[in-house]
Amino acid sequence: MQRIVLWFMSTLTVVTLLFGYHTSTSSEMASGGTTSVQASPAVPGSTSSGTSDGTSSGSTTSGGTSSATTSPTTVTGDSTDTRWGPVQVQITVANGQITDVTVVDYPSGNGKDRQINARALPVLVQETLDAQSAKIDMVSGATVTSEGYIGSLQSALDEAGL
Amino acid sequence: MTARYVDHVMGMPISLAMRGRHATDEVGRAAWAEVMDSLREADAVFSIYRRDSVVSRLGRGELALSDCPPEVTEVLALGEEAARTSGGAFSVYRPGPDGVVVLDPSGVVKGWAAERAAEPLRALPGTGFCLSAGGDIVCRTEDPDAVPWRIGIENPRDPSLLVAVVPVVDGAVATSGSAHRGQHVVDARTGRPPAGIASVTVLAASLTEADIDATAAYAQGADAATWLGSRLGRTGLVVWADGSTTTVHDGARVLPQAG
Repeated sequence: MQRIVLWFMSTLTVVTLLFGYHTSTSSEMASGGTTSVQASPAVPGSTSSGTSDGTSSGSTTSGGTSSATTSPTTVTGDSTDTRWGPVQVQITVANGQITDVTVVDYPSGNGKDRQINARALPVLVQETLDAQSAKIDMVSGATVTSEGYIGSLQSALDEAGL
Repeated sequence: MTARYVDHVMGMPISLAMRGRHATDEVGRAAWAEVMDSLREADAVFSIYRRDSVVSRLGRGELALSDCPPEVTEVLALGEEAARTSGGAFSVYRPGPDGVVVLDPSGVVKGWAAERAAEPLRALPGTGFCLSAGGDIVCRTEDPDAVPWRIGIENPRDPSLLVAVVPVVDGAVATSGSAHRGQHVVDARTGRPPAGIASVTVLAASLTEADIDATAAYAQGADAATWLGSRLGRTGLVVWADGSTTTVHDGARVLPQAG
């Protein structure tokens, strides 16, 4: 039971985190934020005391033997601004675990800070990949591993320094 | 004159091309060092291959979410949004070896981390950059009127060929496919690799968006072009398994061509 209480508290922390961060385009760590969370329906038996220090949560696969079952609780956090626009998230907690994360509000447009300016369509070509003649700066492809990089066109471009 | 820099992190090559004012000086090299520091930090937080990463420790219950840096939440929210917009084809969860579903945010992390890592380059005045993280690219020219960066799109059926070239002034290009690492993307709805598709390339304002949408579209197989066409502000190129291509431009499918 104690474990369940702790889990619920850590999930509340999740919500706080979800709305406490600010844009992270810079490397500085956003410090918490001042948002509050209204968790309307309390989990039965949880009196929200004690501190969750992060080392007591147990694993996500635990709890199967607990006799206590609680009905799912849904918590909606405040909206917060990110670099893409306002974001608002709702989480559902059941039996001390997050069972669902729903994004309530999310910017649907493009990043508002920059224009892509790349409206140009990809021009279809069939060219041999030769660093000297391809007249390209970079190659986009399925993820190349460090092992696969050797001998790739990208490595040729990098070495040619064109 | 274009300066070139190469390093490796997360098991993949990082290539940088710079031109303009700070391309070759100490300021530019310091920005490049910051790029690599940022990527290494992201690896330390998100790698599922490192037992000491924040995400690994979170999974083992050694850390509470409240102890995690805020970017963990940011990445989780991005993953949930991608799952929603792709109708469940994209997921940051996957079955582990023992069948238990585990968090694997790599599908979100790479583009997000590279976009973030490019910030020091973006801050360099009068300097153009083109940064590739294992084939996913974010770039900006030294000024809006400068010659665009030319991004070659690899032919997924033969990596010794290009299938397309696209000029980019300020934006990102990401490609998802099976050419180099085999079938590592699955449709989360079925648990199986998508059929009939060879690669998806997406152009978007940020690499965060481009990378997620490329993976989400690729996971949908035959529906990739239709889905990508529903995404506002995306331009893309789908290469099908038979070599034919479909270009998607801002909500419309155009220029179907035989390969």
